[in-house]
Amino acid sequence: MTHDQSTLTPREQGESDLPVSDPGIEPHVERYTDSDPRLSQRTYHQVVALFAAVPVLAIAFVVIYFAVPHTATAELLGQRWSIQPTLLGLTAGLGVLLIGIGAIHWARQLMNDTEISEERHPVASTASEKAEFVAAVNAGASDAGIKRRGMLLGSLGGAIGIMAVPALVTLADLGPWPTAATRKETLEHTLWADGVRVVNDTNWIPLKAADIEIGQLVNAEPENLRDLHGTEYQNMKAKTALIVVRMDPNSIKVPESRRDWQVGGILAYSKICTHVGCPISLWEQQTHHLLCPCHQSTFDLGDSGVVVFGPAARSLPQLPLKVDAQGYLVAQSDFTVPVGPSFFERDSRNDYKKGDR
Amino acid sequence: MARPAAISPEAPLLDTQSPAEEGAVTTVGGPLGWLDERLGVAKIGKAALRKVFPDHWSFLLGEIALYSFIVLLLTGIFLTIWFKPSMAEIEYDGSYQLLRGLQMSQAFESTLHLSFDVRGGLLVRQIHHWAAILFMAAMTVHMLRIFFTGAYRKPRELNWLIGVVLLSLSMIAGMTGYSLPDDLLSGTGLRFTEGAILSVPVVGTWVQFFVFAGEYPGDAIIARFYMAHILLIPAILLALIGAHMALLVYHKHTQFPGPGRTEKNVVGYPMFPVYMAKAGGFFFIVFGVLILMGATMSINQVWLYGPYNPAQVTAGSQPDWYMGWVEGAVRIMPGLESHWGPTTWSWNIFLPFAVLMGIFYTSLALWPFVESWITGDKREHHLLDRPRNAPTRTGLGVAGMTFYGLLWAGGGNDIIATHFHLSLNAVTWFLRFAVFLGPIVAFIITKRICLSLQRADRERVLHGSESGTIVQSPDGGFSEPHAPLSHDEAYTLTQHTHHTPLEETADVDEHGVRIKNPDAVSGFRARLSHWYSGDDIAIPTKAEIADAAHHGASDENSLEGSSEDPAQLHS
Amino acid sequence: MRSGHPRRRRTAARPLSLILALVLLGSLYAALVPSGQVAADSGTSAQVAEGKALFQVTCSSCHGLNGEGTSQGPSLVGVGAASVDFQMSTGRMPMARPGEQAPRKVNTYTAEEIGKISAYVASLGPGPAIPHSSQYDYSKLSDEEIARGGELFRTNCSACHQAGANGGALPNGKFAPPLHGVEPLHIYEAVRTGPQQMPVFAAGAIPDEDIAAIIGYLKGLEQEPSAGFTLGGLGPVTEGLFGWIIGIGGLCLFAVWITSRGARAK
Repeated sequence: MTHDQSTLTPREQGESDLPVSDPGIEPHVERYTDSDPRLSQRTYHQVVALFAAVPVLAIAFVVIYFAVPHTATAELLGQRWSIQPTLLGLTAGLGVLLIGIGAIHWARQLMNDTEISEERHPVASTASEKAEFVAAVNAGASDAGIKRRGMLLGSLGGAIGIMAVPALVTLADLGPWPTAATRKETLEHTLWADGVRVVNDTNWIPLKAADIEIGQLVNAEPENLRDLHGTEYQNMKAKTALIVVRMDPNSIKVPESRRDWQVGGILAYSKICTHVGCPISLWEQQTHHLLCPCHQSTFDLGDSGVVVFGPAARSLPQLPLKVDAQGYLVAQSDFTVPVGPSFFERDSRNDYKKGDR
Repeated sequence: MARPAAISPEAPLLDTQSPAEEGAVTTVGGPLGWLDERLGVAKIGKAALRKVFPDHWSFLLGEIALYSFIVLLLTGIFLTIWFKPSMAEIEYDGSYQLLRGLQMSQAFESTLHLSFDVRGGLLVRQIHHWAAILFMAAMTVHMLRIFFTGAYRKPRELNWLIGVVLLSLSMIAGMTGYSLPDDLLSGTGLRFTEGAILSVPVVGTWVQFFVFAGEYPGDAIIARFYMAHILLIPAILLALIGAHMALLVYHKHTQFPGPGRTEKNVVGYPMFPVYMAKAGGFFFIVFGVLILMGATMSINQVWLYGPYNPAQVTAGSQPDWYMGWVEGAVRIMPGLESHWGPTTWSWNIFLPFAVLMGIFYTSLALWPFVESWITGDKREHHLLDRPRNAPTRTGLGVAGMTFYGLLWAGGGNDIIATHFHLSLNAVTWFLRFAVFLGPIVAFIITKRICLSLQRADRERVLHGSESGTIVQSPDGGFSEPHAPLSHDEAYTLTQHTHHTPLEETADVDEHGVRIKNPDAVSGFRARLSHWYSGDDIAIPTKAEIADAAHHGASDENSLEGSSEDPAQLHS
Repeated sequence: MRSGHPRRRRTAARPLSLILALVLLGSLYAALVPSGQVAADSGTSAQVAEGKALFQVTCSSCHGLNGEGTSQGPSLVGVGAASVDFQMSTGRMPMARPGEQAPRKVNTYTAEEIGKISAYVASLGPGPAIPHSSQYDYSKLSDEEIARGGELFRTNCSACHQAGANGGALPNGKFAPPLHGVEPLHIYEAVRTGPQQMPVFAAGAIPDEDIAAIIGYLKGLEQEPSAGFTLGGLGPVTEGLFGWIIGIGGLCLFAVWITSRGARAK
């Protein structure tokens, strides 16, 4: 480290109460482009070249837009590329980037880089400004008669305030009101009912109990869902989705009260997680555990759907099953408790808890 | 901060450019004059054109956010031309074969149309999504810079509050945005939103029915989110960003400490031309990088997820990164629920979702006021703190980042499990403890590091920098001489404020009468104040510097011996 | 989490349900025997004998000398030839060491050896046979049928294997593997036999043409181009990661360049 006495000469007197006085702004040191005209000329050409490349890229963009079909693909770097969007992006992106790089290059190398100092002033008003302000406020208040007629301001404020009520009331039709009766028809009700056939989701194949193997998982829906359409269909599907599994009856626990809800180890549970309602079907056939991919709640389908891990708090609702005359799986009733996520008015006293009989 | 010793004897210059260059503007005439007569542009411009902006790379983080927002507006307009915010079901017959013939909502169909049948549509969609990711990320790092340097202190608390509102609103803007395409992933996100709203005690069911116009999913939510995403929230954001920038200009930018930088000035480059070129150029760089990201990195391939179907789900269902910490909190939360009478209280969702976000944003908003109450510091601050000079603040900041980061990891616990061959359950259990212990450890370590750095600074000011030369003295001992610091560096290392902790004031006088004292300090506040700044290392005083210099000068360890008179340092 | 209730019940002790289960199982096996028989018949008794010898060298330490199962590995009676073919052809079996899950490895056995062991295991009890390629041929499917295969994939498979077939996590260190590049035959066999934790999807719910449609969809996905690197195709987590690293990281480098003072003449 070179040490020159001159550096210790204060360049500007700073605040004296500091341990070390303010040396003032460092003197400006020239860049190579300041001192070398050839270099600055070269930099000048570089900046212009950067800007000049932009029109070339812009034209390339237009050509690609019209010339490259949007179905064109190419194998590159280990994957198949859809080349039209990529080339459009590369030309446009590079063009825009070069404008920026050119401008910065110009600013850094060619513009005067002497730092300058600007004074700050305290934000707060001076005493006289404050006094003038107070005077102005008082003059205005007096002109308006606020002091003398005390009700004016209060009644105006009240009048404006009360108009918020009509404004808010107009929002009451945002949606149906979830009264007890509405909830019974919506949140607490699904399409499942006595005798409704269990069909495979998507291909609507009805399930014969005899065809279901141990270790099999079926993503199922009620057969009557097919009669619904549009919003009604989606709303109902969000509640009726079912998972049917078959386990070795010797390897599962079936409580006394649910003995006749199953058909030879075939059990059906709601597919809608009791946490926030993701459809769950990550079923491990050996452990009988069912994992939700959203928040990893894990339910034991070999133990009436109790929670064994994760943030869910309630067992997965089980659907009572039976076999109809043709050997098809059908529901005995609707779910005995509301399916899906918890809501405040949900009566959760009837859910299955671990160890219930 | 160490800067090579400056040598030039020149005094610092206020700008001295000769005005009479060729082609220079000589009068305010023509169109400029026309404008001036209507707007007074010359009056405004004379101050604004040479307004000074300090230069530091971290001051550009907020600009990244601003420019990303502009890119979001530009690309967003393009997307609205084709997107149809409707949940009406139609059959797809566009050019993406793997979905042909399926029933889907118009929202999803128009997203596919935009992606596969509008030239440049997919590119713009990808730029828009990357810009959203970058917007949130840039806001976050910008906020961290503001926090760690104490830039939120008086008089900038209001701008900090605006920033906190911007941050939280932008999160909702992003959430409503990625819900729009109505693909399987966005629908899964909406399902989560529904569950999260339902979990709010007492009013949850009502709010959910009002937001979704009835049961989930209904037929209204896409149109409603669309309105929020393209009108309501951007309008508020735009207004708040305007206010944010106006306050920035009004207060003038903060600056890092250094020679010539004081609380009473701002040192840097003038608005015109340097700052204008740099800021303008940076806009194009941000825009260019975003376009290149959109061109080379695919994002949110909605066609893989398929149309939303409430009975389907995909592994790896996650929200965009800025909701990831909330997602993580929800994932690692144990299944706590109370069933009181015929009611259900879902603590397992309400606490990690609504309550956590409420606490997080409220703490951010209150912090400047809490800190100033703890330290008793009511002065204006325009010089930034070096993070080491506020060890407790820096420690708290790193603790907060640790907390956030661990929750983040929780949001990706399944990806972490599969890619690092760990057990999903073990990752979750680890995080359940780590989110509480990690921040404490991070706080302690960070505070220690800051204090060590303060100590090192103090050593450096008193004894100079290590020269790297080993000298053997006549009596055989080895030592390393120290080189004295430059005046610039010595000033930079000592200019900050040392906070003396507040002491508890007696609340009764000697006669046992309660004193009415507006500046009274309670015992609690005094203890907090000691915790906050009680450990700070003292800044060397003038006397100590002089003493050390004298000691150093008479010591053979000094590199240049008696030729040095550091007493001049504090002339 | 709720505290566990100490009382546990073994309801399977009730004879009624046991009888019912046995009846159902019996009829199920009866339904599957014909196809199982084909496999058993095609394997000549010589092949079965050679298979048995190979089995006893390769598999018996875990599955027992006669495939009856041990504490290390499950019984192979009734798993069928398809199961053996899937497990061995994809290198999952034999396992290097017992663990939560057998990962896919390079298969070191010849098709002939696997055929012999398959024939032997098929002879232990009726189970799914190795399918004929016509059972999962997707080459004649229309776009609409393949799109429906995608719908079936998202209903039945994507919960574990992820919508882009890139795989996903299961409890306690287990995982659903990615499906890219997997032979159609092996996909078919896995669907029908339910290897390890994967459930069985039997023909009663998912007929052969549906599996063919699913395979057609997966093969279609492999051919699909993407506009840009897919970043692992894992969704928002990796997108956020790259957004931070490339976006914020890259722009910070630009910011440092913009504000750096650069070289000085003196």
